[in-house]
Order: sequence, then structure tokens, then C-alpha cells
Amino acid sequence: MDNVFVYIELENGAVADVSLELLTKGRELADRLGVKLEAVAMGENLAGIEKELAKYGADTVWVADDKIFAPFRTLPHTSVLCGLIEAEKPQIVLFGATPVGRDFAPRVSSALHSGLTADCTQLEIGDHKDAKTGKEYKDLLYQIRPAFGGNIIAWIVNPDHRPQMATVREGVMRKAEMAAPAAGEVKPIAWKDYLKDTDLAVRIIDRHIEERKINIKGASVIVAGGYGMGSKENFKLVHELADVLGAEVGASRAAVDAGFTEHARQVGQTGVTVRPKLYIACGISGQIQHTAGMDQSSMIISINTDPEAPINKIADYAITGDVNEVIPKMIKYYKQNSK
Amino acid sequence: MNKALKIVVLAKQVPDTRNVGKDAMTPEGTVNRAALPAIFNPEDLNALELALRLKEQRPGSTVHILTMGPFRAADIIREAMFRGADGGYLLTDRKFAGSDTLATSYALSCALRKVGYDLIVAGRQAIDGDTAQVGPQVAEKLGLPQVTYVEEIERADDASLVIRRRLEHGSEVVECPMPAVITVNSSAPAVRPKNARRVMKYKYAMIPTEIAAAPDSEQARMVAAHDYLQITELTVADIDTDENQLGFAGSPTKVKKIENIVFQAKEAKRLTGADADINELMVELIASHTLG
Repeated sequence: MDNVFVYIELENGAVADVSLELLTKGRELADRLGVKLEAVAMGENLAGIEKELAKYGADTVWVADDKIFAPFRTLPHTSVLCGLIEAEKPQIVLFGATPVGRDFAPRVSSALHSGLTADCTQLEIGDHKDAKTGKEYKDLLYQIRPAFGGNIIAWIVNPDHRPQMATVREGVMRKAEMAAPAAGEVKPIAWKDYLKDTDLAVRIIDRHIEERKINIKGASVIVAGGYGMGSKENFKLVHELADVLGAEVGASRAAVDAGFTEHARQVGQTGVTVRPKLYIACGISGQIQHTAGMDQSSMIISINTDPEAPINKIADYAITGDVNEVIPKMIKYYKQNSK
Repeated sequence: MNKALKIVVLAKQVPDTRNVGKDAMTPEGTVNRAALPAIFNPEDLNALELALRLKEQRPGSTVHILTMGPFRAADIIREAMFRGADGGYLLTDRKFAGSDTLATSYALSCALRKVGYDLIVAGRQAIDGDTAQVGPQVAEKLGLPQVTYVEEIERADDASLVIRRRLEHGSEVVECPMPAVITVNSSAPAVRPKNARRVMKYKYAMIPTEIAAAPDSEQARMVAAHDYLQITELTVADIDTDENQLGFAGSPTKVKKIENIVFQAKEAKRLTGADADINELMVELIASHTLG
């Protein structure tokens, strides 16, 4: 009762990073509220999963271990999680804002008639006073997210419905192992009681998993290009600089929408969140939609013809100039000085 | 035995948040909605295309748009008709004001029960909220299975669909019984262009409120004479609802506050594109081990 739940997402049997990040955040929230942190894992061959989850702070690990739970299917996962939530009555449930979390968390929220906030970038505990009724609430979950294309930040609360549910994108929260692992006590979920006959209506016929080809998340240096690169042809300059520096290539949504590069490279609210040692933003104006995904970079260099571009407000070095001239010079002087 | 399908596409008219220029923010830093054009939500166009392709495969099938919004949202129903839709329903009522995704889904599900459906097709998400919640929530409210991130309907028979959907790192083919809700990804085929003959035919299509505003106009006479020009308008009174679940009161999530984005001032070191500046920067980055 009143604990904090984290849905554990599994990728080919391994725990997804986002779930560990949420356990770290969930631990902080649970400590603040004085309640337990409980992980919920549904999949196949889950024996021993509690060891890793305990390292990230799970007091309890709820497990539904059966082949019907892998690969993920919406209906069985929804029914079983709803059943467990109704039995255990957590006050908070967190999901990764992954294709899986974004597929079934809304369905869970609808079935429980409980609010869900998508793609939160911050979660905090705090009090709330309803502006109309004057009613006061203690220790609500503030679900903080960009909205309206990233031009505003909305603080959302769920005053009267439980659980309070939120999804969070991968890479937004930090994961951190505990100094000493939590108890990680395994409890089986009574999933057969919760499953409905109709839950197996959708049948997976074929599944094709591609290797992760592009991984800009782990890169320590990222060279990113925006709409200001001008064309797909010019965007090659971004790749050239990245190759020379041993960096990965990122992009803004505008550059991806314009077809300069593929979506897997998109940094920002609807792409990946990165925090490299160095982020070089080439021809990126710096809309919040983009900066939300990179403003935690240790150092930011911007190259933009507009000295007033918003990106310069968060940049450490703001180069005012044309990317087509500046990038070749960076390549030239890097090569000259790095020998 | 090729059963005709009633396909309903859920669509939303949204402010074009992708092209927020300088005039889109007021001097006070709030969003100037009037400066943003209202458009057909992009992924809802992908949804429309998938629906139209399915209609073509199954003679006698129909495609209707269902949208919730103000009167001007009738624009996207007309646009869909120009591209091949048979008609649409505008769900509009002040009682829907302040709806979060759950209250929206509830209202849409009540309207869907009223108008009927074999298949419900929606865009994955709308660009003004990016939540991707309404499709799955409508499915739950109607007790239907859902398939999200759809790219292609590979096969359709009378009672089920074989669908290819995008995964984070790959794709999946599933078989899903109908009725169902599917949500369509931007990686699905782009929508077909407006058809000139359809534009001529449907440009006078109107909702009753628009007709009532100019009852004696040529347009109003056209609509009165041609059933296919009548866009259905639905209010709370036309659908069976529990009013406690509508609008602000029916929304579990409340906005505590909104912060407009004001960039925090941080002093950037200003450089030019001159050789000396770039050379100095690269030397500094190498010396500090930021690079190399």
C-alpha cells in the first residue's frame, strides 16, 4: 500500500537502462515519502533478476515469469499490471517512455481511471493547493514535462486519483548503484488471476530485431547538425568533423524532418537525451525541443550565423559564422594541433 | 465474401509546433497560439493514408474522420475528404473544455459507440502534446485490442488484419482481430495529395453550425441539396456519456503551473569564424583533454 512501483522493461532478457534509471529515481522518491520501492518484472526466465534490481534500490521484486509475457504484448501486460496495482495500491507507478511503456501505460491508466503524464523530464515530491477549491494536498508527485513542441514546461499533478503514473525517457534520469543493495525480496505475481481469455487475441507472427547500429547515447563527443546545415549534401561536413574527432553524429528534429539524416541520430525531446563531454552544435538554432536533450553536456560549442540564436544562451563557446567555412577550419586546425 | 469495413480515422487539428518562429512567442514569453497555423496533425495523415489503402482493397468500405475540437476543426474533415475520405464527424461541445487525454479518450469512445466502426485508425501522437495516449486509451475504453506504431497493413480478411509495426530496434508482424484500434507511425507511407476533382466536389462540405451562420448562402443551398456535403456535428447531447467523465472535471491530471521557456543566461565566449579564433579553440580543447 502506498509504495512506489517501477515497471521493469526487458530487452532480450536484459533489464533496460531506463528501468535502472527509474529505480534510482524511484528510490529517491520512496525515501522522501518513507515508503518501499517495488519493481515489477514480467517476462520469461527471470530467475535471479532481483539481484540486479536490488543494486538499484528495489526493496521488493514482483515477478510474473511465463512465456506468454515475452515478447511483450499489450493486453497480457496491461491486465496483469492492473491486477497487481489494484491488489497492492501503490501511490506512484513509473514506466520508461519507450515504445513499450508508451504502448501500454496509457491503457493501464485508462483501465484504472488514473492520470498518466508522458515523457517527464523531472519528478519531484511536493504539496499542492487546488486553485479553485482551495483544497490542500500533501506530498503529490510533480510530473514535469515539456509540452507544446517544447516551448513550455508543464507541471502536472494527479490530486485525486491513484496511482500517480508517469513515463520518463531513457537517459533523462541518472542510474546509480546503491552503496549496499536493497533487500530485493522476490514476490510472485498471481497473474493467472488477472489474465483474461481475450488478452491473447493479438498474435505475433514474426519479429525481426536489428542490431543497434547508431548509438549516440554513449558517445563522449557529439557533433550535431541542424536545419542550418542547409542540405543533405552539406550535412556530410558534420560527418567529416565527427570522423576526425572520433565523435558520433547527432541531429536536430528539423534536420531529421528535412531528410538530412536518420531519426536514430535525433537529439532532443522526441529523440535521445545525451550528456557528452563535448557537444558541437552546427547550424542548430537551439529550440527547447532540442536543448532538452543536450543541455547537460559538459561543454557546448555552437556554430551559427545568427549571434542571437537561442543555442548561444547555453553554449560555452559561441562561434558566429557559416558552418560551411567554420567546420573545415576546425578539421584543419584539429589535425594541425593534435599531432 | 469481402465484407465492407467502416473505418474511422481519429484525427486532430493542431497548432504547427514544429515551426515555432520568433513571432510565435509573445514579448512576455508566452506562446502566441494565433501566430501558429492550425494543421492536420502529421501522423493522423499517415493514418488516413493507411485507411484509404485498406478501403481500396475492400470495395464498399468507407473512411470517416472523427475529430474533437472547435468548429474550425471541420477544416481537417474537409481536407481529408479532398484526399479521399467519405465524410466525417466533428465532436464539439464546451463541456469538453479542459479535457486531458483520458477525458478526451472517453469522449471519443462515446462518439465511436454512436457512429459505429469495424476498425479505428489513429496517428501515433499529436505534435502539440506528443503523449501518444489517446489511441491506446480509446482502445481500452471500447474493450478493443490495439496495435501501435503501425507501418503497413499487409493483409486484411473479414475478421482480422495482419499488420507490420515498428519496434525500437526492428519490426514485428502481428495478427489482430477486428474491431481494433491501430495507431500509425510517421514511418508509414505519406498521405496522398489532395485530388483536384474531390476538392471541387467537397469544398462546400459544412457542419450545421457553419450552415446556420449563413443560412441563405449559395453554399448552404448546395449542402441542403447534397447529402454528401453534410459533415455530422456531434455534441454531448448526441452521444451517451457520463458527464462526470468529461472535460476538466473528468480529467485526473491537472496542470499545476506552466513555465514558459526562458533560457538561463550563461556567458558564452564569443568567437568568430576567423582562422586565429578556430585555431585557438582547437588548441584549447586539445590541451584540456576535451578532445583527443
